[in-house]
Amino acid sequence: MTPAAPARSRNFADLWNDAGVRKTVFQAALVACVAAVAFLLWWNASGNIARRGLEVGFAFLQRTANFAIGESVIPYSPADSYARALLAGLSNTVVVALFGCLLTTVFGVLFGVLRLSPNPFLSRLVGLYVEIGRNVPLLLQLFFWYSLCTRLSGPRQALSPLPGVFLSNRGLRLPSFVANDGLLLTVLGLAIASVVWLVLRRWAGHVQERTGQRPRILPWGLAALVLAPLAGSQLATSPIAIDVPELRGFNFVGGQEFSPEFVALLFGLVFYTTAFVTEIVRGGIQSVPKGQWEAARALGLPAQRIMRLVILPQAMRTIIPPLASQYINLTKNSSLAVAIGFPDLINISNTVINQTGQALEVIFIFMGSYLTLNLMISALMNRLNAAFAARER
Amino acid sequence: MTTTALSRPAPGRLPAGLKPLFSGWTNIAITAACTAITLWLAAKLYAWGWAEAVIHGDATACRAASGACWAFIADKFDFFVFGFIPEAAHWRVLFVLGLIAAMIAASLYRAFWGRTLLITWVVALVFAALFLQGDAFGLTPAPLRTWSGLVVTIWIAVVALATAYPLGLILALGRLSQMRAVRLLSIAWIELVRGVPLISILFLASIMVPLFLPEGIELEVLVRAQVGFTIFGSAYLAEIFRAGLQSVPKGQSEGAASLALTRWQALRLVVLPQALKAVIPAQVNTFIMIFKDTSLVLVIGVFDLLGTFKASLSDPAWLGFSTEAYVAGAVFYFAVCFGMSLYSRHLETKLSRDHQR
Repeated sequence: MTPAAPARSRNFADLWNDAGVRKTVFQAALVACVAAVAFLLWWNASGNIARRGLEVGFAFLQRTANFAIGESVIPYSPADSYARALLAGLSNTVVVALFGCLLTTVFGVLFGVLRLSPNPFLSRLVGLYVEIGRNVPLLLQLFFWYSLCTRLSGPRQALSPLPGVFLSNRGLRLPSFVANDGLLLTVLGLAIASVVWLVLRRWAGHVQERTGQRPRILPWGLAALVLAPLAGSQLATSPIAIDVPELRGFNFVGGQEFSPEFVALLFGLVFYTTAFVTEIVRGGIQSVPKGQWEAARALGLPAQRIMRLVILPQAMRTIIPPLASQYINLTKNSSLAVAIGFPDLINISNTVINQTGQALEVIFIFMGSYLTLNLMISALMNRLNAAFAARER
Repeated sequence: MTTTALSRPAPGRLPAGLKPLFSGWTNIAITAACTAITLWLAAKLYAWGWAEAVIHGDATACRAASGACWAFIADKFDFFVFGFIPEAAHWRVLFVLGLIAAMIAASLYRAFWGRTLLITWVVALVFAALFLQGDAFGLTPAPLRTWSGLVVTIWIAVVALATAYPLGLILALGRLSQMRAVRLLSIAWIELVRGVPLISILFLASIMVPLFLPEGIELEVLVRAQVGFTIFGSAYLAEIFRAGLQSVPKGQSEGAASLALTRWQALRLVVLPQALKAVIPAQVNTFIMIFKDTSLVLVIGVFDLLGTFKASLSDPAWLGFSTEAYVAGAVFYFAVCFGMSLYSRHLETKLSRDHQR
C-alpha cells in the first residue's frame, strides 16, 4: 500500500474538483486497496489459525462452558453452553445499563435544576461535584468505589442507613416483595389508577379548551390512586408480603442481594455519567430564551408550572440528543466491569476466549451485541426526540 | 425560576450581595444545609488528609494513625513516575517528560501555531521514542516492554492525538466526500468504532492484531494499545471535524474557487482553518476524553500511571492503603483534565472575541 501513496495523494488533489472518470478510478483503487488489505489480514489470520491448530466457526457455542458466573440475571450453571454463558453476560450488561440510565436521568435532571438555583452556594456545590465527576477517569472512580465496598465491615457490623437496608462487604441487601397474587393485584390496581388519571387529565384538557375552566381532577385522581391498589390487595387471597433481610449466623437471609461488584459498578457509572447529564440539563434549560419565562409570568403562571409547561418541554429539544449519546456512553462504559470483576458481557467473553481460543468469533459476537444495543438506544431516543420536536403550523 | 422579579420590591433590609443567599425561608434553609454539608466534608477531609495523616514514616506508623498515609505515596512516588524502566534510564524519562511538557507549553501559545510547530512535534516524538529506548544512541536500553508509569500515560495520550488527528481529518473529509465508496467506507469506520466500547477495541488490538500479522512479526503490547487508541481517537475526532467542516458557509469555498484556487488549496487555506477553529472546545473535550481513557490500557496489561498505582497496592509492605493511592491518582488526573477544560474555555472566549472584532 505504501509505495503507491505519494502518487495517489497528488492525484487526490486533482480528483477533488474533477467529477467523472478519475473519480471512479480513485474509488475503484480505494476499494481494491481495502479489499487487498482485508484479504491480506484474512490470509495471515487463516495461516496463523491453522498453525496454532485453532478451531474456526461457531460450533463451540453449543459446548458446555464449565465455568461458574458469580451472578446472573438469567438462570445459569456451569453445565450450560457457552452461548448461555454469553447470554448471561449480556443480560448483566443490559441490567446495569438499564438501571444506570434510569438513575442517571433522575439525578441528572435533579442536579441540573439545582445547578441553576438562584442560591449561589447550592449551585457552586453542584458545580464542584460536576467538575470532580467529569475530570477523574471512570476506571479510577470504579476502583475507588469498589475498594470502599470491599473494605466495608462484615455482615455483623453492616451499615444500615434505613431499616431493612444493609450495606456490608458482601454487598447491598434490600427488602424485596414476595411474588404472590396480592402483589400482582395491587400492581394491577396501580396500573388501572394510572390509566384513570391519564383519562381524567385528557378530559380536563378538553373541558379547559372548550370552557376555559380547568375542572379539579387532583382529588379524584388521588382517590383512584389510593383506592384501586387497596381494592386489589383486598381481593387477593394472600396479603402483600415483604421479605426483609435479617442477619442469621454470618450472613443475611432474605431480601434482594446485590454484589459489591454490582453496587460499585452501578454507583460509579451513575456518579460519572450524572455529572455529564447535569451539564446537559443545565445547558438545555438555559437555552430556552428569557422571553419565554417573562411571557409565562405575564400570563400569571406560577413558577413551578412555568417550569413544567413552558420551559422543560422546550428544553427537552436541546437535551434529548446529547442525553441519548450519554446513554450510549453509559452502556459502553459498563464494559469497564471487567476491571472490577463484575461478570458483564466483556468479562465473560474474555473467559470464553481464554478457554476456547476462538477470539475472532467471540469478539465478533460482543461487538455485534454492543452495536445492536446502541442502535436500539438511538432508535428509542430518536422516537422520543420526534415526540418533542417543535410542531410548526 | 422564582417569582421575585414580579413581586413588589421589598425595602432593602439585606445587602444586595446576600440577597440570593437569604431571601425567604426556603433559601435560608438551603444555605444552612449547604454550609453544614460543606463544613462537615471540609472537616472530615482536613482531619483525614492533613491533621491525622502520616507524611513521613512507615506502614506501622500509618496503621497506628487514623488519617491518610501519604508516606505510602511518597515511598512509591518513583515507581509511579518510572515504573519498571531500568534505573540507569530514569534521567531519560525525566528528559522526555520535560521535552513533551515544553512542547505542550509551546503549543498553548497561538503565536506558535503553524507548520513549524507541527513538524517540531513529529521530530520531537520520534526522537523521544528512540531516545527513551536508548539503543539508537548507544545508551542503556529501556525496551518498550519495560515502559510503565506516568510516562506511558503521557506517551499514549500524546501519540494517540498526534496520529488520530490527521486520520480523523481524512475520515471527516471522506464522510463529506461526494464519492460514494469513500463516503461509505468512512461512515462504516466511524460508526463501527463509535458504536463499541473502547475496551473491546483494546481487546481487538491485543488479541486480534497478533493473529492478523504475518508469522514472525510481533508487536509490543504498548504498540498494539497505541494502535487501538489511534483507531478510537480518529473516529471521535472525525465527527468533530465533520461538524466544523459543515459549519463553514458554502460561500467560503465558492469565494475561494472564484479566486482560482484549486479545491485542495481552498480546503487547506480557506475552509480548514475556519472549520478547525469553530470546533476547538469540542476538540479539547475529546483530548480530555482520550487522556482519561488511557487508564483503560491496564486491562490489557500495560502499566500506565493507574496501573502502577494498582500494582503498588499489592506490595506486602504497604497493604491496605488503596484509598490514598486512588485519591492521589484522582488529584493528578483532575488537575490535568480540569486544566485542559479551563484552557478550552479561555480559548473559546478569546476566539469569539476575535470573531467579533
